Amino acid sequence: MRGYLVLRVVAKIIVPFMLLFALYVQFHGDFGPGGGFQAGVIAAAAIIFYALIFGLPAARRVVPDRVVESGIAAGVLVYAGVGVAGLLLGGNYLDYFVLDPDPVSGQHRGIFWVEAGVFITVSSVMLKIFYMFAGRQRKGDDG
Amino acid sequence: MIDGTHLPVLQVVVPLLCAPLIVLVRGGRIGWAIATAASVFFLASSLAILLEVQRVGVISYAIGSWPPPWGIEYRIDAANAFMLVLLGLVASVVAPYAWASVRAEIPRDNHYLFYALYCLALAGLGGIAVTGDAFNLFVFLEISSLASYVLIALDRDRRALLAAYQYLILGTIGATFIVIGVGLLYLMTGTLNLADIASRLGDVRQARPVLAALAFLTVGISLKAALFPLHMWLPGAYAHAPSAVSALLAATATKVSVYVLLRFYFSVFGTTAVFAAMPMGDVLLALSIAAMIVASAAAAFQTDLKRLLAYSSVAQIGYITLGVSFATATGLTGGIVHLFNHGVTKGALFMLVGAIAFRLGSSRIDRMAGLARSMPLTCAGIVVGGLGLIGVPGTAGFVSKWYLVLAAIEAGSWVIAFVVVASSLIAVAYVWRFVEVAYFRPPSEETARLKEPPAALLVPAGVLLAASVYFGVEPSLTLGAAYGAAEALLAGPR
Amino acid sequence: MSALDHYSYWVTIFLLVAGLFIVIARGNFIKKLIGLSIFQTSVYLLYIAPGKLIGGTAPIVGAGFQVYSNPLPHVLILTAIVVGIATLALGLALVVRIREAYGSIEEDEILRAEQSAARDDAT
Repeated sequence: MRGYLVLRVVAKIIVPFMLLFALYVQFHGDFGPGGGFQAGVIAAAAIIFYALIFGLPAARRVVPDRVVESGIAAGVLVYAGVGVAGLLLGGNYLDYFVLDPDPVSGQHRGIFWVEAGVFITVSSVMLKIFYMFAGRQRKGDDG
Repeated sequence: MIDGTHLPVLQVVVPLLCAPLIVLVRGGRIGWAIATAASVFFLASSLAILLEVQRVGVISYAIGSWPPPWGIEYRIDAANAFMLVLLGLVASVVAPYAWASVRAEIPRDNHYLFYALYCLALAGLGGIAVTGDAFNLFVFLEISSLASYVLIALDRDRRALLAAYQYLILGTIGATFIVIGVGLLYLMTGTLNLADIASRLGDVRQARPVLAALAFLTVGISLKAALFPLHMWLPGAYAHAPSAVSALLAATATKVSVYVLLRFYFSVFGTTAVFAAMPMGDVLLALSIAAMIVASAAAAFQTDLKRLLAYSSVAQIGYITLGVSFATATGLTGGIVHLFNHGVTKGALFMLVGAIAFRLGSSRIDRMAGLARSMPLTCAGIVVGGLGLIGVPGTAGFVSKWYLVLAAIEAGSWVIAFVVVASSLIAVAYVWRFVEVAYFRPPSEETARLKEPPAALLVPAGVLLAASVYFGVEPSLTLGAAYGAAEALLAGPR
Repeated sequence: MSALDHYSYWVTIFLLVAGLFIVIARGNFIKKLIGLSIFQTSVYLLYIAPGKLIGGTAPIVGAGFQVYSNPLPHVLILTAIVVGIATLALGLALVVRIREAYGSIEEDEILRAEQSAARDDAT
């Protein structure tokens, strides 16, 4: 679809806003509907949209496979790391109360990092699934 | 700082953390080292937990310091502590075995994925065993199942893909049935903590939704445990998976599902509700006997040794559920001890068959003519394991079958005791098929050239085999633990 | 109280049976996965529907509100949806590789290919 001027221009305008909206959903998740799952999917959708218009190789240059795969693992590590931080600070696993002298802001801090981990993993997984399926071609078919 | 009180959660978290770590470093060798370390940690931690449970009775751990029933609780008593030891024992033997086996069977680029998934499967299975929360149990079940679907599909053989797909469909149906059952219980009691559900069931124990929940859970868990006639996914999955995966799954996955069944029957619904008010005992008894006879007979007609062992697994699950169906201390002890003994024996057998396939390139029985000449140790190992499947005195299989026969006689049924013995004779038939080909046929050109498999494969298998013989000669350790588990379960809702 | 008062349960049961039927009756591997997804969707509804209280608001504490909907089913089902997506993605990936290995995604054709391969093996 690289030949369509309208699509290219519109995509260039929309993609930044999609990413911005993902961040809004991520950080506003404390006060309203939202959170890491939804934000991760929206962010991945922005990249997938980019790939649809500008082609898979272009998207792979922006977000390489290696980064996506590391992201899947890193997000899980961030999530589990918050749990281990609770352990190291003297609480139980995933104990947010001990993350800050004030238990309420401790909860806040804990869920912030957990959601950050969820965001990284979910967006990476969504992209990975897209790359895996889009990157395959039928035998004898030039795509 | 982190001390022993956190072991219940570390049991799950350590393998769970190792999986993404392996993906990050992307190295097959480092992956193997991390996975092995995680497995050994799992074993050490499970032994520490077992000792602690035998001292204090029940360990409860509140995730996130939210007190149960509001938060997720990890709750360990004699029953799941015993499961953890089986998991740890098998995992820490299969991980060293995987080194040589995986290099032979899985493309090099996928090695690190194999070890990451191995850790995930271990974390999932461990999570099922420790959790005291119904929904958390479902999540861990799916973690371990999804990991095992991929592990099976990693094999080079294209039939592995088909087997993994079939397992995925049936496994997901089973898991969904389990969530429906849990959902109905949640609707009726308003809680997801297993112990809390049990205490709140009180008046509504005979209500229709609760009975429906019992039915959904029974069918769902039976699918996961491959209880006859819901075993259709198992032979293909075990026969076509890489050898290390077959060994791990055959020894642990279905066993953990049986544990879940026990937990729901005895600790949530209660013995009277399941076995007196509902005829679950009779249903289980009928299905178990059918499994013992039909699956053993089917095993005797297989042409592939791995598939033969898989059918034998279906039959052996029948023995375990037979013990459960009596709902007595002796029966449960027999069932639980068989769960352990069979896990150890079958794990060793799958590893030995994998070792044969390592040299022979196949596990078809007709290609093994005269194999005992070129691989005396391996074949002797399979015979010892096979004797364990039959239940010859001096092997672990004898101990558990002895208890099953005792339980049958205690329940006043000589017929069932007779069936247990008779079905063991069918086991002689299928073990004999291997013995006949490997020992009494002249070696073919192909087998005459073969050497004994490398020690890296034989030693781990030998360790499990030695354990199965040791627990047959000196069963007091396993019997004691199994009896404790049976008592904890029969004590009813915790 | 009539049977229609519980219409959400009727929808649940319909989805459940329809999904399971597709999984069993269809031989096409993609269609089986679609059936499986419908089957799982029924569970989402089973959990979500009873969480809604008539007159209840979103479960955020605020002045002037006494009745809140139950937030727990939403959290549980969010997890179940993620599990469902993972299963579906894995299932589709397997189907892609089955297509590459066998050249078909019809169960009967693949089983036939497998049987003839087994016969060749034996001879």
